[in-house]
Amino acid sequence: MTMLVVEVEKKLGEFSVNALFASEAGATVLFGPSGAGKTSIINMIAGLLNPDRGKIVLDGDVLFDTDKRIEMPVWQRRVGYVFQEGRLFPHLSIKHNLTYGRWMGGYPDDPAAFVHAVELLDIGHLLDRRPGKLSGGERQRVAVGRALLMKPRLLLLDEPLASLDAGRKDDILPYLERLRDEAKVPMIYVSHDPAEVKRIATRVVRLEAGQVVATGGPELLGV
Amino acid sequence: MFDLSPQDWVAVQLSLRIALVATAVSLPFGIAIAYVLARMDFWGKSLLDALVHLPLVLPPVVTGYLLLITLGRRAPVGAWLADHLGIVFSFRWTGAALACGVMAFPLVVRPIRLSIEAIDRRLEDASATLGANGFWVFASVTLPLALPGIIAGAMLGFAKALGEFGATITFVSNIPGETQTISAAIYTLTQVPDGDRAAMQLVIVSIVISVAALMASELLARRASARIHGI
Repeated sequence: MTMLVVEVEKKLGEFSVNALFASEAGATVLFGPSGAGKTSIINMIAGLLNPDRGKIVLDGDVLFDTDKRIEMPVWQRRVGYVFQEGRLFPHLSIKHNLTYGRWMGGYPDDPAAFVHAVELLDIGHLLDRRPGKLSGGERQRVAVGRALLMKPRLLLLDEPLASLDAGRKDDILPYLERLRDEAKVPMIYVSHDPAEVKRIATRVVRLEAGQVVATGGPELLGV
Repeated sequence: MFDLSPQDWVAVQLSLRIALVATAVSLPFGIAIAYVLARMDFWGKSLLDALVHLPLVLPPVVTGYLLLITLGRRAPVGAWLADHLGIVFSFRWTGAALACGVMAFPLVVRPIRLSIEAIDRRLEDASATLGANGFWVFASVTLPLALPGIIAGAMLGFAKALGEFGATITFVSNIPGETQTISAAIYTLTQVPDGDRAAMQLVIVSIVISVAALMASELLARRASARIHGI
């Protein structure tokens, strides 16, 4: 069963992205050096950036297709996004950050899902706080919870650990592994850190200069 | 010692009502124009920008006169509004509120525009990925994050409306009980013998109102600013 098909071309100044890959359940890691076009690709999946040409299909649902002139707006895609810098809403409490997606999607209250996500990410003690007072690691866990609670069809994670120091990364990685194994939301995970990728990836798409140079299992990393 | 005449009290009440209505009505328009100026690029944008700022640079009497010849009872637009919608501005307190709103408008728009320009748009992207359409992105992210600017704009607008004199007196004259605001009442009192004492009392009243408004807006602005910084 193939669930995500990405086939995109995009020119960004001197640089151009030309990527073709498919991904399944589990965690697909887009791996490559900075400037390889990883973030551009997941922005295209989320709808924050439009490809010049190509198509993106998720579970048979066309998100984007230049031939069919389909361009689904970002807010209708139900693709969760965990940004590198968290991007929590500063004016809302942690609890309201977490329930934001449910409100906007118009989903009924699901206390079990809320409790499950809060426990999975161990953020119960933060609910009444505001984002300004959180540590980097706490902020990223809340960002993951916020994306998870919108009941996404796919979760995009853009170097979610890049802003954290090494010790903190090891604190968060187990949560992401649990997310992959327990929450069973398919993930596209962007990273340039082989150690991190080795723990998360069920599948690797290796990118260089905007091109896919190899796809396969974690053994592609050569570590 | 404080013995304002009933007519002067009416002037105080009228001033407050006019300034509050002028601020409340110009605020939504101010937010809309500020958003357009901050976010959109279109042909004629600098013209719109200039138009918004016009009341700030024109002599107030000119603005008042322009209002008179467009919205006066016998002016084309004014006559149409009176005949078809029953809205009359000339020589009414509503006309004073309109004149004050027009004069205050550039001061309302500017801080709101600056605060919208300062918003991290990546937060709006995040909101869209979480399922918010354009309206909800604006209502749940843009608007709350622009709140310090909105408070500042409302405060400046209120202060300007409270002190407006030239455009108001030109457009709706100086009718006690209908269009005579504190400023106009003070002006009138300075033109008559023995008016000094009453004028002084109105001066004190206007100082009290202005300081109270300033303190209230400072307090609100501080809370709003702490809020948008996530504290």
